[in-house]
Amino acid sequence: MDELKKAILDYVVHEYLDEDGDETITADTQLISGGIVDSFSMVSLKRFLEKKYAISIPDRDASPEAFDSVTRIAALVQRLQQGK
Amino acid sequence: MAYSDEARASYGRDLEAIREAGLFKEERYIRSPHAANIEVEYPAGAAGRTVINFCANNYLGLSNHPEVVAAARAGLDRRGYGMSSVRFICGTQDIHRELEERLTAFLGTEDTLLFPSCLDANAGVFEAILNEQDVMIADRLVHASIVDGMRLCSAARDTYKHGSLAHLEEKLQEHQDKRYRLIITDGVFSMDGDLAPLAGIVDLAEKYNAMVFVDESHASGFIGRTGRGTHEHCGVLGRIDIITTTLGKALGGASGGCVSGRREIVELCRQRARPYLFSNTVAPVIVSGALKVMDLVQASTERRDKLEANTRFWREGLTRIGLDIKEGDSPIVPVMLYNAKLAQDVARDLYGEGIYAVGFFFPVVAKGQARIRTQLSAAHEMDHLERGLAAFETVGRKYGILGKNKDEIKDMYGL
Ligand SMILES: Cc1ncc(COP(=O)(O)O)c(C=O)c1O
Repeated sequence: MDELKKAILDYVVHEYLDEDGDETITADTQLISGGIVDSFSMVSLKRFLEKKYAISIPDRDASPEAFDSVTRIAALVQRLQQGK
Repeated sequence: MAYSDEARASYGRDLEAIREAGLFKEERYIRSPHAANIEVEYPAGAAGRTVINFCANNYLGLSNHPEVVAAARAGLDRRGYGMSSVRFICGTQDIHRELEERLTAFLGTEDTLLFPSCLDANAGVFEAILNEQDVMIADRLVHASIVDGMRLCSAARDTYKHGSLAHLEEKLQEHQDKRYRLIITDGVFSMDGDLAPLAGIVDLAEKYNAMVFVDESHASGFIGRTGRGTHEHCGVLGRIDIITTTLGKALGGASGGCVSGRREIVELCRQRARPYLFSNTVAPVIVSGALKVMDLVQASTERRDKLEANTRFWREGLTRIGLDIKEGDSPIVPVMLYNAKLAQDVARDLYGEGIYAVGFFFPVVAKGQARIRTQLSAAHEMDHLERGLAAFETVGRKYGILGKNKDEIKDMYGL
């Protein structure tokens, strides 16, 4: 797995999974539709990405669909980093 | 016609989708006042049936207490039915202020302001005191009305894992650059029945210069030795900056809510909170009943003591018959079934046995965490509880879940 995905996955695991839970996730686990991250607590993930990757994620890109897996989030970050 | 065929069809499809997802809510008509036994008409049109109620927030059994009813009736005679005004125009009677003072004394705060409901209090309070320079840091399981209130406020938002002081501390560190930090939590969580670790939260608030907000809707009147709430239970009376609570549950169960706390914060709500400014005042009849409720809860701890004893009996009983319950110190006792369909089936069969309790599943609770939430009341007598336990045993046996743990139930029914 590339570094970008790994960094995002590490953040998601630390930020959203229970310390004592038995849940494990991969880059393709559905985060929002799978009920792991809700739209209310998604804000910290957005803030983390913006800070770490020096990007600004416009509201229209911060959709539940775009944030639904680590793979998708990584794609979004890459696109914004390339200024598209 | 502006309500086009297209709009009608599309709303119809939305409703169908809700039905297909198994999330369609139907009301059950109750034909009696609230008590341990209620007469329910369900489905609509069916003959009324008497069932034991295990799903009301009538924790202290005051919803139809004769003294409360008599006080409300007297209030109706003395102060009339309606006020036809918001508070600050001509909607404040002497009794509104009296009730606010009584709540202040009971909650151990500096001042209190009544709202039409606690939902309104939660909707209005954050916006009244915070702006872009500030941050709100909420437990992830706070009530929906708090989420809405936070959305109406321009301060930055963040959340911490349910009940996790370690995660909250990280967030407080992360937001040290803000003007004010407000930690936001429920005192008792309505779906899990567990208590916020308020002692630890207050210590962190002091260490990191933050204020503390607690929604005490499922605590006021019965949690803590004299029923003042989670802050009493956790030994932090006087150290909570903002408390919101409701008159719609233990405290008479009619309606109304409040913001109680630091004097300036309460006054700013009076000046700025939109639900206070733009919605009608709490009716005199309710204020009069609530004043009697305050008399009753302050005169004696008998009802909260009975509730505590009932809760202990119920928790021990469910555990003894082999059901998997969520541990906690509150009269909200979730029986864990994990699978959504199983929760619905068990609730339906319990109803068949004369027990009214409701199943909850995603999205109300997390996926794979479906449950039946039972709620105890001081109105329950031993006989009600024993019949309730017998029904749970019968239904639990039918589904083969007695003595089974989470993994075993998951193996049998999936998630
Ligand atoms: C934690 C919590 N806060 C607020 C409310 C809303 O209270 P009210 O009915 O007074 O609007 C509820 C009621 O469901 C609740 O459970």
